[in-house]
Amino acid sequence: MQEMMKKRAIELLANGTCDRVLGWTNGDFAYDQTPALFRTEQELEEGFVYNGFSAANLSKYLVKECRAGGKILVFLKPCDTYSFNQLVAEHRIKREMIYVIGVACDGKADVEKLKEQGIDGITAIKEEGDTYVVSTIYGDKTVKKEDVLAERCVNCKSRKHMVYDELIGEAGDVIADCGRFDMVEKLEAMTPDERYEFWRGVLSRCIRCNACRNVCPACTCEQCIFDNPKSGVAQKAAANSFEENMFHIIRAFHVAGRCTDCGECSRVCPENIPLHLLNRKFIKDVNTFYGTYQAGEDPAAKPPLGRYEKNDIEPGEAGGVKA
Amino acid sequence: MQDVNYRPKIVAFCCNWCSYAGADLAGSSRLAYPADVKIIRVPCSCRVNPLFILRAFQRGADGVIMAGCHPGDCHYTSGNYFARRRMTLLFSMLDYLGIERERTRVEWISAAEGAKFSKTMNEFAATIAALGENKRLEDLRCKK
Ligand code: SF4
Ligand code: SF4
Ligand code: SF4
Repeated sequence: MQEMMKKRAIELLANGTCDRVLGWTNGDFAYDQTPALFRTEQELEEGFVYNGFSAANLSKYLVKECRAGGKILVFLKPCDTYSFNQLVAEHRIKREMIYVIGVACDGKADVEKLKEQGIDGITAIKEEGDTYVVSTIYGDKTVKKEDVLAERCVNCKSRKHMVYDELIGEAGDVIADCGRFDMVEKLEAMTPDERYEFWRGVLSRCIRCNACRNVCPACTCEQCIFDNPKSGVAQKAAANSFEENMFHIIRAFHVAGRCTDCGECSRVCPENIPLHLLNRKFIKDVNTFYGTYQAGEDPAAKPPLGRYEKNDIEPGEAGGVKA
Repeated sequence: MQDVNYRPKIVAFCCNWCSYAGADLAGSSRLAYPADVKIIRVPCSCRVNPLFILRAFQRGADGVIMAGCHPGDCHYTSGNYFARRRMTLLFSMLDYLGIERERTRVEWISAAEGAKFSKTMNEFAATIAALGENKRLEDLRCKK
């Protein structure tokens, strides 16, 4: 896969389809890959990687690249294509400036889960059918994919690309019964006190590093409310529970109806806060109250908070959750 | 133990064209509503950013109510329809986080409904008084 992608990128650079390539490269360790821009064949040969650790959603980086001009080649996994569509819909990126290669994906590995399996000193990872072969300084280890899949991949909503100019690998399908709302339902079934305890427990871990916002493809505001020193919650460790609640409620609300459930926020959170449970609550509510809608599926669709029906449900009736 | 002198603090966002006028009418018709209700006039219910609601709680409110024109009667045609969707989602989220949803409310009150204004505010104040102080969305730094 990696070699096919690299080869194609070199071809497209050479024939002028694009003048740079957005992809992944290794960070300090093989498992902390970072997004990278490649401008020459040599850079691609030396740095380009694609494997079980290539988790980052590259679509947000296109916002900056589109401003710089030129023509950009980007590799997108199925989940990333939703974000891409949403960014197009919101006029944050220019479709005509970008050449999209959709890459097939059957899940990415979570390094924490690998470590739990006793795998340390990782130097490389390779996919082989439904297993990963992980090279370490102690030799090669083989693990079943399903045992070490990242959280968001376990409940993957679609293996199908919503948009692409060409595909590498086999196209998959939308997974209707992915179970991504199961945990939301579990929480809804709890009593308010239990829910409060649950959320205090997880949200109080937040160190307000803002990584969730910075990585989120729906959070592309020039001036984020949380960077306003007058907001009282500007980039500092939350002083108390109110700030934690407020940051998370408001951020989730700002992306309500726009969140593509790409899972980046939960992936990057250093405190492992299950942020997807906030976003999925909004997605689920929108589905229930205003009809099934998934941001990023169709860039021409009208967002649920940008339209209304005369007989919409009233806020007081929309409990959905029993006390 | 609840302080016997406890008075709930209530913030009411009222749209200029209907509910604020409704409050006026309540006043000029000498229909009482609790002094605990502090009215903030907004041009339209649609002006109410979810952040305003949270901010009110942060600054010590025990209950927040948003009042606007009846659906279909918005001075700007559709503002309250959008506000309705936003508040529906926001309140559902607050509930999901285990924060008492009785503390937030939306009511449609026209300029002619002075009596409804007074009744709504009295009821809401009673609900909040029964719930007591807002503890789940409080900011201790803002409390004396
Ligand atoms: S990434 Fe996690 S710790 Fe950082 S601000 Fe977001 S929720 Fe808090
Ligand atoms: S809120 Fe999280 S899941 Fe939703 S678009 Fe942003 S990063 Fe992706
Ligand atoms: S949190 Fe809100 S204001 Fe900040 S970037 Fe995200 S959407 Fe924009």
